Amino acid sequence: MLGESGCGKTTTLKLVNRLLTPSAGHVLVEGKATTAWDPIELRRRIGYVIQEGGLFPHFTIARNVGLVPVLSGWERERTNERVRELLNLVGLDPDRFAERYPRELSGGQRQRVGVARALAADPPLLLLDEPFGALDPLTRASLQREFADLTTRLGKTAILVTHDVREALILARRIGLMHKGQLVLLETPERFLSSDNPQAKAYIETLELNGEVDGGTQ
Amino acid sequence: MNFWHFLQLNWPELWLRVSEHVVLVFVAILVAVLIGVPTGILLTRYRPLRGPVLGIANVMQTIPSLALFGFLIPLPFIGGIGARTALVALVVYSLLPIIRNTVTGILGVEPSVREAAVAMGMTDGQVLRQVELPLAMGVIVTGIRVATVIAVGVTTIAAAVGAGGLGVYIFRGLRQYDNNLLLAGALSAALLALAADFSLGLLERRFSFEAKRKGAVLEKLALAAGILLLIGAGFTLWRSGMAGTQAGEARVAVGSKDFTESVLLAEIVAQMLEARGVSVERRLEMGGNLPHDALVSGTLDLYPEYTGTSYTAILHHTPITDPRVVYEQVKHEYANQFHVEVSPPLGFENTFAILVRGDDARKLNLKTISDAALQAPRWRAGFGQDFMSRADGYPGFSKAYGLKFAEVREMDLSLTYIALSSRQVDLIAGNSTEGRIATLDLFQLADDRHYFPPYEAVYLVRQDSLARVPALKEVLSKLASALSTDEMRRLNYEIDGNKRDPKEVVKEWLAKRGQ
Repeated sequence: MLGESGCGKTTTLKLVNRLLTPSAGHVLVEGKATTAWDPIELRRRIGYVIQEGGLFPHFTIARNVGLVPVLSGWERERTNERVRELLNLVGLDPDRFAERYPRELSGGQRQRVGVARALAADPPLLLLDEPFGALDPLTRASLQREFADLTTRLGKTAILVTHDVREALILARRIGLMHKGQLVLLETPERFLSSDNPQAKAYIETLELNGEVDGGTQ
Repeated sequence: MNFWHFLQLNWPELWLRVSEHVVLVFVAILVAVLIGVPTGILLTRYRPLRGPVLGIANVMQTIPSLALFGFLIPLPFIGGIGARTALVALVVYSLLPIIRNTVTGILGVEPSVREAAVAMGMTDGQVLRQVELPLAMGVIVTGIRVATVIAVGVTTIAAAVGAGGLGVYIFRGLRQYDNNLLLAGALSAALLALAADFSLGLLERRFSFEAKRKGAVLEKLALAAGILLLIGAGFTLWRSGMAGTQAGEARVAVGSKDFTESVLLAEIVAQMLEARGVSVERRLEMGGNLPHDALVSGTLDLYPEYTGTSYTAILHHTPITDPRVVYEQVKHEYANQFHVEVSPPLGFENTFAILVRGDDARKLNLKTISDAALQAPRWRAGFGQDFMSRADGYPGFSKAYGLKFAEVREMDLSLTYIALSSRQVDLIAGNSTEGRIATLDLFQLADDRHYFPPYEAVYLVRQDSLARVPALKEVLSKLASALSTDEMRRLNYEIDGNKRDPKEVVKEWLAKRGQ
């Protein structure tokens, strides 16, 4: 989901896990309106990652990651195992990081923990709200690559919100372009690059200015 | 007597006062937390309640404590005199900082963290218990810390309703102009406040997730010291409570006002009752007219009073001068209105005594207040707050004698004697039974226009107490006309002048009379 600040990307995301309810119309998750779901059950089926991780500062990394399994009543052994598995998955050594607190980690490490937490209970859906926005370019690039691998491997449905067209092109199967509260385009990255839509064109121009357009897709 | 000597002599009582103080503060804060934190949580859930509830808590904190006590004493269940009333007042004063900080703490939790919690599928209760409360805990503990330090200070007022605590020393020290008492009370209270502030500060740091934790040893030490203090204080009170209840069924609550003579008269009855096997609960040194409220509401069985005070301050009559009429009128109205009996007069009068320095009286040949009126325009006068405000005090007095002083200073009654003898003022209104009149070479001017109503000392006692405890009637009749004005003056001086313990002075006096 691509668009400028204030165009309604985050609002759309929050409609999906019912942090907000629609004032008109319906949002369907797995064929069922969000208002017809039990909100707690709905949210536990949806992993949620936000900028800077939104980690609980008073929980250790292990407790942050294991939160949803614990809420869902998993046994302690199974939760601990899952936490180690996930920390390894996002590239953090469990022995070094499990007992630390979020404030002792760098921004990139916190972001990895945020992703691990969202994946903990193996939810079929993932929502990501500018997860890589606050990182330096190098960390961002490496996390983006890893994340692309991860979603392919795990086979999750993910909606990722960004205002960075490059990030959208790298990660997305389909790009939804939002403008002033409207979804103006929903296309694959290839079709997005050749679109006539004036907003899409404006985004593509920013890439050309920087000489970064990938020749293969043109 | 120097301070260390004083501490050595009075260590048991000082420890008792500290214990009362600590337990009052602890229980009050515990109750205030149990009420305040849930209320604060509720206010974060129901926004419209926030303004009104915080407003009420705010207003409650501004009520002067004596006024609050006066209001509480007649109430059933939460009222009366003693620890319960003091606790209610302390809780009322402690609520605001605790409620306010709970609200501030919870609302101050980072919105993104709260949102993440909701998005993880936490229920409202889980968000509160696992995220909001732990993160708000530092701020909430700050509120408890502020409330505790305030409570340590406010608890000194608890002495006014007979709840004990370090206020007993402070009030007594002010009254008797005794720096050792003042210092023992104020210093202990200040140390308690500092200790509470320090240890709750450690607790507060424990809940701060931004700063690294250090000084874990110090934390444990402070915690251990706090628990020891509480256990010690609780044990002391439990033991003194046991001692009071051993004697059995006939139990009498004896009260007094907060000046030496009143304490002495209460102590006399208390010791005479104890000699007859009656268990006595002493509720001495109560502020203002609180003993009256306590007597009428049944938490006191008796206390010493002056007929003139009852006549003017309680029954609101204009002062008259015939002692017999005043006595009969008070006896009649108390029986009808309050079901309270007035004992036979104790034999001495305590009225306002208009005093000048002895050398002035001799030099200027002053005998009566009328003689002194001529000097008034060149004189400074010093009067106690009570005299300045009451119906039979300064306003009527200055009119009756046509007095116009160069200056009138309002000050603490017990300080006026010293102000007079050290020539800071030239005329004061003291008590006729004050022991220092003779020792400071002061001269009492005759009330030649009979302005001051007679203040005969009597005991006021509840009718149902007389029926319940037969020994009361016998004791009160034995005390009829038992004390002359000179004798009372001497007893007062033993305490105020020679700094002796009222209990000893009374014991001696009773032994001498063969009672």
